[in-house]
Amino acid sequence: MRLILAIAMLLLSAPAWAHKPSDSLLSLTVQHDRIEGRWDIALRDLDDAIGLDADGDGAITWGEVRTAHEKIAAYALSRLTVTSGETGCPAQAPRHLIDHHTDGAYAVLLFTMICPATIDTLRTEYRLLFDLDAQHKGLLRLTHGQETTSAIFSQESPSQQFKIGDISLWRQSRQYIREGIWHIWLGYDHVLFLLALLLPAVLRRVAGRWEPTPDFLSAFWEVLAIVTAFTIAHSITLGLATVGLIALPSRLVESAIAASVVFAGISNLHPTLVQRRRLVTFLFGLIHGFGFASVLSDLGLPRGSLALSLVSFNLGVEVGQLAIVATFLPLAYGLRKSWTYQRLVLVSGSLGIAVLACAWLIERALDLKLFPL
Amino acid sequence: MIATGWLALSIPSLTSGEPFLPQQDAQVLERVSVKAANPVAREISALRTSLVHDPQDIGVAVALATKLIEQSRSEGDPRFLGQAQAVLNPWLNHATPPPSALLLRAMIRQHAHEFDLALADLDVVLGLEPTNAQAWLTRASIYQVQGQYEDARRACQPLLRLAGRHVAHTCLADIASLSGQATMSREMLTSSLERPGVSARERLWILTILAEMTARTGDVKAAEKHFLEAQGLGIKDHYLLGAYADFLLDQGRAQEIVTLLQRETRADGLLLRLTLAEQALHLSASKDHTAELAARFAAARERGNRVHVREEARFTLALLHDPQAALTLAQANWEIQKEPWDARLLLESALTAGSRNAARPVIDWLNTNRVEDRKLQQLVAQFPKEQS
Repeated sequence: MRLILAIAMLLLSAPAWAHKPSDSLLSLTVQHDRIEGRWDIALRDLDDAIGLDADGDGAITWGEVRTAHEKIAAYALSRLTVTSGETGCPAQAPRHLIDHHTDGAYAVLLFTMICPATIDTLRTEYRLLFDLDAQHKGLLRLTHGQETTSAIFSQESPSQQFKIGDISLWRQSRQYIREGIWHIWLGYDHVLFLLALLLPAVLRRVAGRWEPTPDFLSAFWEVLAIVTAFTIAHSITLGLATVGLIALPSRLVESAIAASVVFAGISNLHPTLVQRRRLVTFLFGLIHGFGFASVLSDLGLPRGSLALSLVSFNLGVEVGQLAIVATFLPLAYGLRKSWTYQRLVLVSGSLGIAVLACAWLIERALDLKLFPL
Repeated sequence: MIATGWLALSIPSLTSGEPFLPQQDAQVLERVSVKAANPVAREISALRTSLVHDPQDIGVAVALATKLIEQSRSEGDPRFLGQAQAVLNPWLNHATPPPSALLLRAMIRQHAHEFDLALADLDVVLGLEPTNAQAWLTRASIYQVQGQYEDARRACQPLLRLAGRHVAHTCLADIASLSGQATMSREMLTSSLERPGVSARERLWILTILAEMTARTGDVKAAEKHFLEAQGLGIKDHYLLGAYADFLLDQGRAQEIVTLLQRETRADGLLLRLTLAEQALHLSASKDHTAELAARFAAARERGNRVHVREEARFTLALLHDPQAALTLAQANWEIQKEPWDARLLLESALTAGSRNAARPVIDWLNTNRVEDRKLQQLVAQFPKEQS
């Protein structure tokens, strides 16, 4: 009794934290019917639970942890139940790594869970270590597309439920639209290709010379025709490549895109080619579609809603493209009569675009890095 | 050897985030206690084994939980508190938990700064067992931390009948030293020390209170003597180390802190003092340690922990040099606990941030209770006089 009396008195004013209470860090990334998991559990806690220090020398070595992998995975994963709807999602943990956190070394368990269908409602039940440490907490980070949710599991709240499905269909579509817009804006090659083709649209060839178009409407129809040709062409190949009907090596595609920009620039200096702009646009548009497709596949394609993502991304590309055209057309139309436009913008601009694209072509074809665009 | 291992371990944590595959089986990843060499660990493991044989035995469970709480105390490691609570859980989940389990839960909750929950547990315990000295003492401690000295004093009084005289006297003297009776308290404590039958742990407790009290009143010589005497008892005590380091810091003896604490980087409260000393000495290690502490505070926030607000305020003020943020933390901390250090942090941050208004609750508290603390009085004197 005396002993504990004294301790109690001292306890009260002690800085109660120091070291750190036991936490594990669980991160789940949900994609359709799959969950990629990373679970960091302190070696100290695992040692208390299943005994890692096999030789009892007070030092936990990598050898001891490595040979205990099956045991660690079985112990941890039997204390985490993830269900999608009514059915459980069994886990596979092929390997684990090590990481250091503020309070020491952690086993990093990497695992994959496969649910029977695309996940709509995710239920997680966490029971790790509560029987040994009532103040243990599981810090969860749940990622789904662009969304990240965090939650804390404790003995008092071991279960959490997350809604993944329905709402995210619209969200997912929005995300792909946004990606499409950004891709056309940030992919300078597409922008320059389009601009090169549009530069002569406010002019027309009369008796071997450039003349401004007489009215806005005829410039508008010309631009519309070019943009439509580009859109139809790249939509065809984007679709075909995305569903897997055609596949081209990306280096070839990227080089061809650069070549298309060179060609578009130079063609403005050759009036005969200018006459066939719509056809040229269509043919090269096919190549650009392959470029879009590789971006889309990098974003990851949901099996369940492939069509939705494809259409959304394509829509985004068109929206981004329209924004460029809407800025270009009034400006070019206003300037079309000036010497600056006919000489400087059209000729030098086209030349400049061609030179820049030439550099891209060399870079991409030879796999070099000339400048950071 | 172990110390170098620990130091080496604390460095990679700065770059946490990228998991790796160790290259060699022999690579040491973590140090744990060696059961064969550590008597406390052996005792704990023996108690665990008996509890496995007879899971219904509350006597064993209480003994084990007590040991774990004690271990948390000496190592400054809150993991043991969670383990103690887990041992008691089967009884705590009853509709009417037995008082022995509730009492320990109150102590665990006190440690987690859940003061109101702890007091509620103690009310139940004392309702069932009005002669439970430990429950009275714990209640007195909580009221004292909360700055409710009248309630604390009332909780000490039953100890005169229920426990050794020196226990009651120490309980009362600790409170009295904060409320205008430092001289009397000092005499009471000194005479308590001379009583026969004072255990080593009780001696440690009394000496620590005495050392801090004399340091507060500015008797540096006496404080030094009591600190050294307490250290000399040979009981590892995390709180004592921290208090002694604070004393040395105030005396400008940073070099001694580096010697004292350089192996204590695992305990965050002690790492904080070590880093402060390193900063005072312009040692390059203070940079790494500041980053390390920042990572630990971030980890605690992630968990939703509010136990460390005092340390975080001190860290923010003295190492991050951000008086505004420190003031906010010190004010939040003052809502929870009101010990001299809490007052000091609020005063120092308010002073640096140039806000007399923020310091007012502490100044009122000092005046109401007639707290004798030279450092606090010096700080108050630095505020510009109020214009009435």
